[in-house]
Amino acid sequence: MANVGAPAKTDSVPFALSWKARAGGILVVIYAIYASTQLGFSWSRFQSGIDLGARFLSRLFPPSIERLDVLWQGIAESLEIAVLASTLGILLSLPISLLGARNLMPAWATWPSRAIVALCRALHPVIVAIIFVKAVGFGALAGVLALTVASIGFIGKLFTEAIEEISLKQVEAVRASGASFANVIVFAVMPQVFARFVGFSTYQLDSNLRNSTMVGIVGAGGIGGTLFSAFQRFDYDFVCTILLTIIAIIMAGEILARMVRAILLDNASISDLLRRKPQRLKDEPGEDA
Amino acid sequence: MNSHSLPSYPTQWTRYSSGQRLLRFALYLLFIAAIVQSARTVDVIPEFLYDAPEQMADLLHRMWPIDWASFQGDISRALIETLHMATLGTLLSVVLAVPVGLLAANNLTPNRGLNMLARFILVSSRSINSLVWALLFIAIFGPGAVAGTMAIAFRSIGFVGKLLGEAIEEAQPGPVEALTATGASLSSVIQYGYWPQIRPAFWSIVLLRWDINVRESAVLGLVGAGGIGMALNSAMDLFQWDRVALILVLIFAIVILAEIIITRSRRHLL
Repeated sequence: MANVGAPAKTDSVPFALSWKARAGGILVVIYAIYASTQLGFSWSRFQSGIDLGARFLSRLFPPSIERLDVLWQGIAESLEIAVLASTLGILLSLPISLLGARNLMPAWATWPSRAIVALCRALHPVIVAIIFVKAVGFGALAGVLALTVASIGFIGKLFTEAIEEISLKQVEAVRASGASFANVIVFAVMPQVFARFVGFSTYQLDSNLRNSTMVGIVGAGGIGGTLFSAFQRFDYDFVCTILLTIIAIIMAGEILARMVRAILLDNASISDLLRRKPQRLKDEPGEDA
Repeated sequence: MNSHSLPSYPTQWTRYSSGQRLLRFALYLLFIAAIVQSARTVDVIPEFLYDAPEQMADLLHRMWPIDWASFQGDISRALIETLHMATLGTLLSVVLAVPVGLLAANNLTPNRGLNMLARFILVSSRSINSLVWALLFIAIFGPGAVAGTMAIAFRSIGFVGKLLGEAIEEAQPGPVEALTATGASLSSVIQYGYWPQIRPAFWSIVLLRWDINVRESAVLGLVGAGGIGMALNSAMDLFQWDRVALILVLIFAIVILAEIIITRSRRHLL
């Protein structure tokens, strides 16, 4: 009874890892070492990188405020791209995802629209932008089209899934009252999915805002081109200005998206908006951001 | 009986109060104004738009016999490099993001200051696009796959850390309190209290991020950060559209492959 508090001496660790988990861990470590030698990681490179990084950081600051007109031009174009791409993407993905819902449409209608959505999702927006730059030339139009494609891929997929999850009782009830097909859609389907649709759309607006600052790197308009050329000319203080502006815009966009959700979904009034910040993030898929 | 105590309700039902209606109206007005303004000022060159079908046909025509022969050598090496970048970047980001995620979770780190610091790190990592991270690391490490891997790792910290922190915050306090009551150390609490609860979430976060990183690593080469994007860029600069077609097909293929691997290992791990 003297040493109740002392732990009993055992050789085995409780809940020890299985040999599979150990082997997996060792494999991961071996892979990491192998891959880093393949990619050219080395200590000397890391050390010289730290020196270069310090010099780079010192050249970022202070941000340059000399060419604000160039900055504003690029930012305005990025915003235009984001707004137009979101509008077009939302408008186009509505009919596509209605056609793609298996519970409302026959198979001959769902297959083509599902194929369109899968195709739109397959490639990264920047790669799509390259193809559109070739098709419609340099400039904002290519960016708008590329981000429209990305929006159709994202909203189309999630909205199709949302429609497939609706309760069919209301659809049947409306249909039994002799409603036309359009009425069924408007009065039985849309009310059930509207909230999620707003959620996806505001998320996509946010994501288009981020991507619209990037498509310029391949010549599809917006601030990205200015940013890329500032990098190539080692104008790091101007780079800093652009980056800070982009971050500010993205944060403003997040606030705007949250307000849109509060107004349309939670029926917030002005005093609600001022009083609290509603957190409605459940509908947002965690992708990309 | 108690008719005197009833408050006066409006006789007509309205869905929204006037304040709500005003706010909705303002929002719609804002949308329409933004769309009209953008459509009016955006730079569209109509001549380019008219010959778009022609250009597209030309593009497809130049792409058509896909240059399968050039797969050997540079392109296959670039493809492997892309996969290495995505995987190593994900591993590195997990190593970096786990401490930040632990600090961001309020139930594990009951310190507002540290939470805010961790959240700030996560938000800044997510606010900067991976292409911009790549540009920053190219300025530090020079062009190549190292910059790309670092870019992927730093861009993923925000994603992995945020979701991990949320998973920790959603963990049941019961097992944790039981362990704390036995006097377990912090590492034991994490290992036996939190880890079994967040393990499914952890694996699905890592797999999802790896999938995203495979897609993104294919693009990073466009700014010079290694991988298949570099091959894509040089093929486009040389107008070798048949090679471009091959690279696009390959990117498509690895994206599909990644999705298959994800679905399989999710079934295996979760």
